[in-house]
Amino acid sequence: MIRPLEHILIPVGLIAVGGLLGWSFFLAVTGEAGERLAAVALAHVPDSGVSNPVTSVLLNFRAYDTLLELAVLLAALLGIWSLGTAGSGFQPAASVLDGMVAGFVPLLILSAGYMLWVGAYAPGGAFQAGALLGAAGVMLALAGHRNAGLPSEGRLRLLVALGVFVFAMTGLLLMVVGDGFLTYPRGLAKWLILIIETAATLSIGATLAAAYLGGRPAAHPKSGEAT
Amino acid sequence: MTGQVLYAQLLYGGSGIVLVLLGLWSFLVHAPLLRKLIAINVMGAGVFHILVAIAYRGIDTAPDPVPHALVLTGIVVAVSATALALAFGKRLDQ
Amino acid sequence: MNALLVIFDLLLTLTLLGLAVVTLTSREPRRAVILFIAFGLLLALVWARLRAPDLALAEAAIGAGLSGALMLAAARRASGRTTSPADSGDAEDAP
Repeated sequence: MIRPLEHILIPVGLIAVGGLLGWSFFLAVTGEAGERLAAVALAHVPDSGVSNPVTSVLLNFRAYDTLLELAVLLAALLGIWSLGTAGSGFQPAASVLDGMVAGFVPLLILSAGYMLWVGAYAPGGAFQAGALLGAAGVMLALAGHRNAGLPSEGRLRLLVALGVFVFAMTGLLLMVVGDGFLTYPRGLAKWLILIIETAATLSIGATLAAAYLGGRPAAHPKSGEAT
Repeated sequence: MTGQVLYAQLLYGGSGIVLVLLGLWSFLVHAPLLRKLIAINVMGAGVFHILVAIAYRGIDTAPDPVPHALVLTGIVVAVSATALALAFGKRLDQ
Repeated sequence: MNALLVIFDLLLTLTLLGLAVVTLTSREPRRAVILFIAFGLLLALVWARLRAPDLALAEAAIGAGLSGALMLAAARRASGRTTSPADSGDAEDAP
């Protein structure tokens, strides 16, 4: 039996969308390019305070986008928290898994710190470092730690809002000083970027681990220490 | 040299478009929530793939950093949207 | 043109598209999620080939790792619902 929606309409629509996308992509790639944004961005990388082009675009030229992205992450976590409390977690791990987790979590935290520092001149940066911290939290959750190594709710709220707060405050302070929102002065750019990235790393890691728990942390007196 | 760059851009960009279409098809046809989520993620991966292909400038030339920053932003937003959708799904099951 | 590089490119693209097809057509939730993780890791490899190591790192850690971990927990719930509601050892979605 031929169902008209599934066997005719969807394939025809997909072919049409595909043809349109392919045609416009072909035109975009083969067409004569004017002055590209890449040339401007790459030319200004030495002024940005970091030498990794991607980090300089993320944290300097397009810092506005990154600030709003951290806000999106925070909003998603607030949405998850508003849907209810987290489940009761996994069973406590047996000794082999527990020993492996105890060895791996400090290594992950150490490599997150390395990733954060190295992001200034090589592949890496706040998002990758935050992902490693989040992975440490997921490992702890899988091994049966109910709160994934996150602090109690009051401090966790501060931690997940830290990235947006530090980012916005830096921007506002620069505005007060007279440089404009998130326009870093030459000499200070490297340090301002590092401060913002550190705060962003901590809150990305905490947000991802808290999102993995899938709900508001249940009130629990014997929660572990911060990741 | 430019021929080789163009061929790589068309090959990888074209496969990105195919990924978008595959994801869109799966999203429309399959009913379960988890399969729809995987389909959306594959679709997003296709979009990122197109952007990375556009940024490519040859094997020994520095690529365009602006689409790379966009994709990095997009990956994090995609995972937060996935987590939110899964939380909604969990709530629906209760 | 470098013939070896062209063969490598074609091989990568075909594997990526093939993985996407089996991911999207597999019925069982857990199988689909595990294939999706493999797809994300291969995508990271392709982006390393396209000179985007930052993105390859982020995709391997976030796109494949964290999304995969999130979806695996959901897949467990989905398959537990269809086969046996009272799955032993998993108190993940206890109210």
